[in-house]
Amino acid sequence: MSRGDSPSVETRRPDRAALIIAVVLAAIAGVIFWDVSRLTGLAGYSQVGPTTVPYAIACCLIVLAVWTAIEGFRGDFAEREPQQFGPVAWVVGGLAAQMLLLNTLGFSIATGILFAMTARGFGKRQIWLTIPFGIVASFVVWTIFAKVLQLSLPAGPLERLLF
Amino acid sequence: MGTLDFLLQGLLVAAQPMNLLYALIGVTLGTAVGVLPGIGPALTVALLLPVTYQLDPGGSLIMFAGIYYGGMYGGSTTSILLNTPGESSSIVTALEGNKMARAGRGGPALATAAIGSFVAGLIATLGLAFVAPYIVKLALVFGPREYFALMVLAFVTVSSAFGDSTLRGLTSLFIGLTLACIGIDQLTGQARLSFGVPDLLDGIEVTTLAVAMFAIGETLYIAAQGDKGPDKVEAVRGSVWMSASDWARSWKAWLRGTFIGFPIGAMPAGGAEIGTFLSYATEKRLSKHPEEFGNGAIEGVAGPEAANNASAAGTLVPLLTLGLPTSATAAIMLAGFQQYGLQPGPLLFATNPQLVWGLIASLLIANFMLLVLNLPLVGLWVKLLTIPKPWLYAGILLFATLGTIGANPSVFELGMLLAFGLLGYVMRVFGYPIAPVVVGLILGPLAEQQLRRALSISQGDVTVLFTSPIAAVLLLIAALAFIVPLILRARGRGEVLAQLAASED
Repeated sequence: MSRGDSPSVETRRPDRAALIIAVVLAAIAGVIFWDVSRLTGLAGYSQVGPTTVPYAIACCLIVLAVWTAIEGFRGDFAEREPQQFGPVAWVVGGLAAQMLLLNTLGFSIATGILFAMTARGFGKRQIWLTIPFGIVASFVVWTIFAKVLQLSLPAGPLERLLF
Repeated sequence: MGTLDFLLQGLLVAAQPMNLLYALIGVTLGTAVGVLPGIGPALTVALLLPVTYQLDPGGSLIMFAGIYYGGMYGGSTTSILLNTPGESSSIVTALEGNKMARAGRGGPALATAAIGSFVAGLIATLGLAFVAPYIVKLALVFGPREYFALMVLAFVTVSSAFGDSTLRGLTSLFIGLTLACIGIDQLTGQARLSFGVPDLLDGIEVTTLAVAMFAIGETLYIAAQGDKGPDKVEAVRGSVWMSASDWARSWKAWLRGTFIGFPIGAMPAGGAEIGTFLSYATEKRLSKHPEEFGNGAIEGVAGPEAANNASAAGTLVPLLTLGLPTSATAAIMLAGFQQYGLQPGPLLFATNPQLVWGLIASLLIANFMLLVLNLPLVGLWVKLLTIPKPWLYAGILLFATLGTIGANPSVFELGMLLAFGLLGYVMRVFGYPIAPVVVGLILGPLAEQQLRRALSISQGDVTVLFTSPIAAVLLLIAALAFIVPLILRARGRGEVLAQLAASED
């Protein structure tokens, strides 16, 4: 068992990430308690209603939060590899751009931008090449899925121009 | 009617031209995603769910199962030629297979993997056909409390029994269970954890979560590793055919792998990896050439490859007969059934025999297709490995968002996709397994429903959960599966379990 006090508490530095995770888990449990407490316990015959299982889950989350915090204090939480955040920011930015532009510019242009920004995140720097390529590829995909397979994909100026 | 009659009827269904076409699309896609590192069958099925809304349920399910089988075949190609396993279940294949490829014996390694997969797939699919009716009979006596106990067992084995940390496995599972609570309660109609947001009333879409966790989380994680230079693809030199001694050394390994993999897949123990590790260990112990292990022993490819295909078929046993998914791919296939209003389980065999037996029979046909796709056409698949990373991952995200947009073209849904993608990335960074989240989301509501039914019948008496002998035994096994690994890890024996890391696919 990883729980319980350990004599090696002082010997290792507390893992701050583990403590943050513990706080987040406890916060999720708190949100569950807060939200579910509003529900009227329609327990019926038994004492189990819509609130029972969420309460049980929240209690388990608190136990897991305490457990994570203890592992964090003892410093035996997971080892991690160094991460490069630049590429991650490019991909996240691409997804955010697609999300915000989808309904105004349509599927092809928004997804083309996502395509180019992801490629940039993976080291393809020629944005002036990847954006047009992404838009054309997305447009082909749009044609196949929206026109042939009848999937509802939002159309924008480009799609309306050609169909 | 006996199993054989049902199977013959199933073959008639499966041999319809449209179903053959679906099977062919499935196995081709499956092989492709199996070959490509970073995407697996779970993600592919999740992506296809929205696209297949309008299609015929039988055909779509045949396609999904084809993807699952194809993924198991394709993973071996990547392992052998690139030393980067395409799927978590091909890690062991990389140990010996890549050594063989470097020694210029890539051809026989690919051949023994493909033929072994074929043999195992064939035997295990027949095993599925003959075992399933018995489990269906057994399942008919299951009440809510037995189902609840079975699901608890599945939760424990998927999250905490394997992998390197009980804590992280359980945390993943409970994140999934928390997400499962969001939306309208099935029994009383009250909104839980939806905070007045109408988009949340229907709950979290399985597709959105799976695509975000697997595709976006993985893409972000790979991007964050930076450029480590191109991977070296070993060319297939020399003959792809196996020599007489290769055959002699392979066939026993295939059979042993099959008999190890099938039961492990069929038990609620999650994932194909465990079978592959056991098979590798067995072959190493029984081999007449133990000195070759680590330097490219053909048994070390033949056994694990057979085991991973056999366990894919094994996974379908609890999925079809009990409605219980034991791997991420199976969990998403369950969502596929639910999409058509079908609930896998004993009743499905009675109400919809054509669909179930057509599906099983189509797997036999899919196996033949896969042998053809993977042996003579292997060179074509190898070309997939030469796609540069920027194009590959840009394309993956294109299709990943396509699936979500197709299901629900709203900014909110894409926002959730991004949020869960980031969650998946952070979980990967800290070594949290992904599969328990998906299994928790899908199985959580079912487990809650069974628990509340059982307790309603008993009028709130909790002891009823333990008084049925079947339920008590299942809960006892679940408790053991939880406690024994904890003790092993506390005593420093955790490495073995860490190697059997929790399933991704």
